[in-house]
Amino acid sequence: MSSLHNSSTVGSALVKRGLADMLRGGVIMDVVNPEQAKIAEDSGAVAVMALERVPSDIRRDGGVARMSDPQMIKEIQATVTIPVMAKARIGHFAEAQILQALDVDYIDESEVLTPADEENHIDKWDFTVPFVCGATNLGEALRRIGEGACLIRSKGEAGTGNVVEAVRHLRTINAQMRRLQSADASELFALAKDLGAPLLLVQEVAATGKLPVPLFCAGGISTPADASLVLQLGAEAVFVGSGIFKSEDPIRMAKAIVEATTHFRDASVVARVSTGLGAAMRGAETASLEMRLAERGW
Amino acid sequence: MPRVGVLALQGDVREHVAMLVNIGAEVVTVRQAEQLDDLDGLILPGGESTSIAYLLTTSGIRPVLEKKLADGLSVFGTCAGLILLSREILDGRADQWSFASLDVSVRRNGYGRQIASFEQPVDVVGVGEVPGVFIRAPRIETWGSELEVLATLDHGDGGHPVLVRQGNVWGCSFHPELTTDSRVHQLFTDSL
Repeated sequence: MSSLHNSSTVGSALVKRGLADMLRGGVIMDVVNPEQAKIAEDSGAVAVMALERVPSDIRRDGGVARMSDPQMIKEIQATVTIPVMAKARIGHFAEAQILQALDVDYIDESEVLTPADEENHIDKWDFTVPFVCGATNLGEALRRIGEGACLIRSKGEAGTGNVVEAVRHLRTINAQMRRLQSADASELFALAKDLGAPLLLVQEVAATGKLPVPLFCAGGISTPADASLVLQLGAEAVFVGSGIFKSEDPIRMAKAIVEATTHFRDASVVARVSTGLGAAMRGAETASLEMRLAERGW
Repeated sequence: MPRVGVLALQGDVREHVAMLVNIGAEVVTVRQAEQLDDLDGLILPGGESTSIAYLLTTSGIRPVLEKKLADGLSVFGTCAGLILLSREILDGRADQWSFASLDVSVRRNGYGRQIASFEQPVDVVGVGEVPGVFIRAPRIETWGSELEVLATLDHGDGGHPVLVRQGNVWGCSFHPELTTDSRVHQLFTDSL
């Protein structure tokens, strides 16, 4: 947090978390070029995630996945008016510094890229730009928040088109939060130890019943019904990666997922937008995967 | 007790609802055009204006709300909501439409992208100083003579209106709903 002039401050927790609040009820779409970014904005996306390869291609191609070329990020920023996010490797604070210098609106310290540090995540308090991080359980979510993340997304299993891991992670986070709420004050110390999470954050969740930052869902969402499912399970917005531009009709799929996210409790709307959509991305069974991205980060 | 709707297509709906409940309003979350009936006022929340505009069209709310605005419904837009109410949008999408109920020209992200988002107190006429939270905020660049300026903020840019009113239509470029200070919401509901 720094002073701009007079009594003005930038980079406060409130303005960082506040942007995540503004994205609630929306869809954040992975895009690999300005054309896709335009389609995303036209279809009602609240933000785009600029990256060189969507997760399903990263899976297929293998190799080291890194931060995107700044040129591509700049072109996308010039194309759309909505926030532009970009991914840095876990622990790669130099990539994050570059993304901040590029004026991206959110940095995703992401397991979809190849981790750069197997011990430490980025010290996110050090940055003015806010960070989103993935989590598979409550302890992981609170560790990331302790490091300064302003938005948590359940990880799911990116690039699979299979929602099963997203559901597992959301349900785990929610169940663990309920457990904290039912604990008495003296139990919270041991629970914090078991979760491997900062005590103050554990106490806060026990008191409020929710994370101190918004909780979105990522990793495997590929139909309007998937979006409705995870929102009903408590996600406040969705990240859709390969699910849109690997589907048969990306424009229709994008619009359908946006409408399903807004009207997630109204099955008649979700039914209407699901009708005649064409094929969703092909997808993969989790058991058949050679590489589990959700296991990256800790 | 005024009956106030909060447009609930996308954005920080929950904070507006909580604020209104705190000051004793009856709150309706609006996702369908029929829910606009029998309201004393409506809030257009913060969020992404292009996304909310898209959903206003697909949900069929747009023409109904246009008519309600013409008939004098009181509407308060914060941030994205201000953009949706403005006569002119600068730096928006080429095809971005708005209700054009406030005679202002707003520049999207006029204060900069997220890295420039800031907190700065705002002095509101008749209320005093309230916390101002500006997130990728629109900046009011020009405004008509019929506009009542309720707060002006100098963010090192010579000063621009940040809370305005034109008859029943209100707009602000910041987010009073993200704070614990309900006086701006109270100002709106007192007018209903």
